[in-house]
Amino acid sequence: MVALPHPEAPALEHGDRRRRARQLRLVLAGVLLVTVLLSLAVGAAGTSLWQSLAAVLRGEAIPLSDSIVLWQIRAPRTLMGMGVGAALAVSGALMQGLFRNPLADPGIVGVSAGAGLGAITAIVLGAFLPLGLLTALGFYLVPLAAFLGSWLSTILLYRVATRSGRTSVAVMLLAGIALGALTGAASGVMVYIADDNQLRDLTFWGMGSLAGATWPKVLTGMAVILPALCAAPLLARGLNALSLGEAAAYHLGIRIQRVKNLAILAVAAATGAAVAMSGGIGFVGIVVPHLLRLVSGPDHRELLPNAALLGAALLLVADIISRVVIAPAELPIGIVTAILGGPFFLWILLRQRGVLDL
Amino acid sequence: MNAPLTHAPAAAEADEHLSGRNIRLGLRGKQILDSVDFTARPGEVTAIVGPNGSGKTTLLRCLTGEIAGQCAPGSTIRMGALDVTRAEPWLLAQRRAVLAQATSLAFPFTVLEVVRLGAEGAGGAARARQALAQVDLGHYAERYYQELSGGEQQRVQLARVLAQLDAPRGHHGPRWLFLDEPVSALDIGHQLQVMEIARAFARNGGGVVAVMHDLNLTAMFAQEVVLLNQGRVLGAGAPAEVLTDRLLETAYGCRLRIGVAPRDGLFLLPQTAEQGN
Repeated sequence: MVALPHPEAPALEHGDRRRRARQLRLVLAGVLLVTVLLSLAVGAAGTSLWQSLAAVLRGEAIPLSDSIVLWQIRAPRTLMGMGVGAALAVSGALMQGLFRNPLADPGIVGVSAGAGLGAITAIVLGAFLPLGLLTALGFYLVPLAAFLGSWLSTILLYRVATRSGRTSVAVMLLAGIALGALTGAASGVMVYIADDNQLRDLTFWGMGSLAGATWPKVLTGMAVILPALCAAPLLARGLNALSLGEAAAYHLGIRIQRVKNLAILAVAAATGAAVAMSGGIGFVGIVVPHLLRLVSGPDHRELLPNAALLGAALLLVADIISRVVIAPAELPIGIVTAILGGPFFLWILLRQRGVLDL
Repeated sequence: MNAPLTHAPAAAEADEHLSGRNIRLGLRGKQILDSVDFTARPGEVTAIVGPNGSGKTTLLRCLTGEIAGQCAPGSTIRMGALDVTRAEPWLLAQRRAVLAQATSLAFPFTVLEVVRLGAEGAGGAARARQALAQVDLGHYAERYYQELSGGEQQRVQLARVLAQLDAPRGHHGPRWLFLDEPVSALDIGHQLQVMEIARAFARNGGGVVAVMHDLNLTAMFAQEVVLLNQGRVLGAGAPAEVLTDRLLETAYGCRLRIGVAPRDGLFLLPQTAEQGN
């Protein structure tokens, strides 16, 4: 860290957890690799692909049926799981930094609901768009609509909950409830006018699942998620400074308004694309950053990349559980993350009851 | 240290001043600052004093650039050659650092991590260590910031601010240390320590501007005092010229008597206040 040899050099590491965070990143990358292999190989009973996977890795040919399952079903699904998991975890971390509050999460404060309303509106009313526009947008229509929905709800939420740089937790959560109710009602209206086919789409989509993964769907989603993930590290310094408050961040040389606008955009893009692809998957955005802060500190330069890795791995694990626990049927993954994440969230609230001024 | 060895031309000297001219600022229809002229010189501790609500902190926030953009047209604030009302935040951050009255932290950073938010780049860790040692908190590096007392947190923030500036002078001239009531949460020993740090910063060529409540410490450490009342400058100059019975009586609305200690300098005690008026 210091160029010159220094008598106290070893002591410099004390109280600074960046090195630990970097070691953690290696571990997380390894964990992610293992879960990717698991996700490709494990499936409903009788469709284990370990041998085929090993053959592929050795460069040997595999049976056509295995090849189809591997490349047309499991691979896009795995990629989608990674993208959605990383998007949810990173947008949670970004939002917590933006709101200066560890409880802010797109799922909890109604931003996911806003994205959902956008997606539902696109599914139900998309057919009424001019044909030219519809073909031009293609697969992008639903992710774009979800992005718009989450963007507008994030801006609205920020306006309501933040006064002169201070976010009130109570106002933020209450505004999230109001926003959720409002978007829920609007979504209800959409469901009411939907036809039977659309209704079926909506039902499966709403429970949250990676089951519908196809290459076109995954690639359009990733085209929105990747820029948001790449923009996130650029915000790290600004979010670190913001944790001292807006005035102090300005004094440290940060263009606050630019950081905020970019963070809101990135949150909206990542949340919007994740929701559009996989529906309501909750709690990843709050569990992952919280765990990482406990282990290696809140420095966003380390937190954001680590959150992407852990979020991706965690969602793949949840997806594997959802595939095998009631095989050959499948449990919606949103239910798995809620079962894992709900108690965890309550535990955070218990731990912080004294600290947070709710 | 503060007196230049060779006499530089007056214009070059004035180029290094922090100066505000005709600063006017209204918030929600109320005039907070009215035609304030302000000058601070590098090498000196300049204190801003005045009663509650006189506009001290607002003036400081203008001078640091934080709300300089909201000043009425015709207000000018310059830090050397730099126009503070228009400067980019990162440019200002290289030349001045600001210690607020209190700083809350959103996430559980350790003390060293907080200081390192000010000290980036190569050598940042060493600079942070040094700054922590300067405020007497080197042994607290790995403690959580939120576990510390208010006074300790304030000293950690001072370390962060010192680490941001690195040295009192940079290649573009003096750097400026802005302190908003830096000692109000501290015990007397640490009050003196913090003021000594400010004095040393000035003696090494930097500039210090501090909003002060304690008139004794002001008299003891400031070379220049600006007395504000209701958004206007009531007096500016050396402590002995500004901290007078007449001016303080006008500003604070109670009768005070300045006592002069046997040695040179001023002291002032609440006991000298008289009832009435």
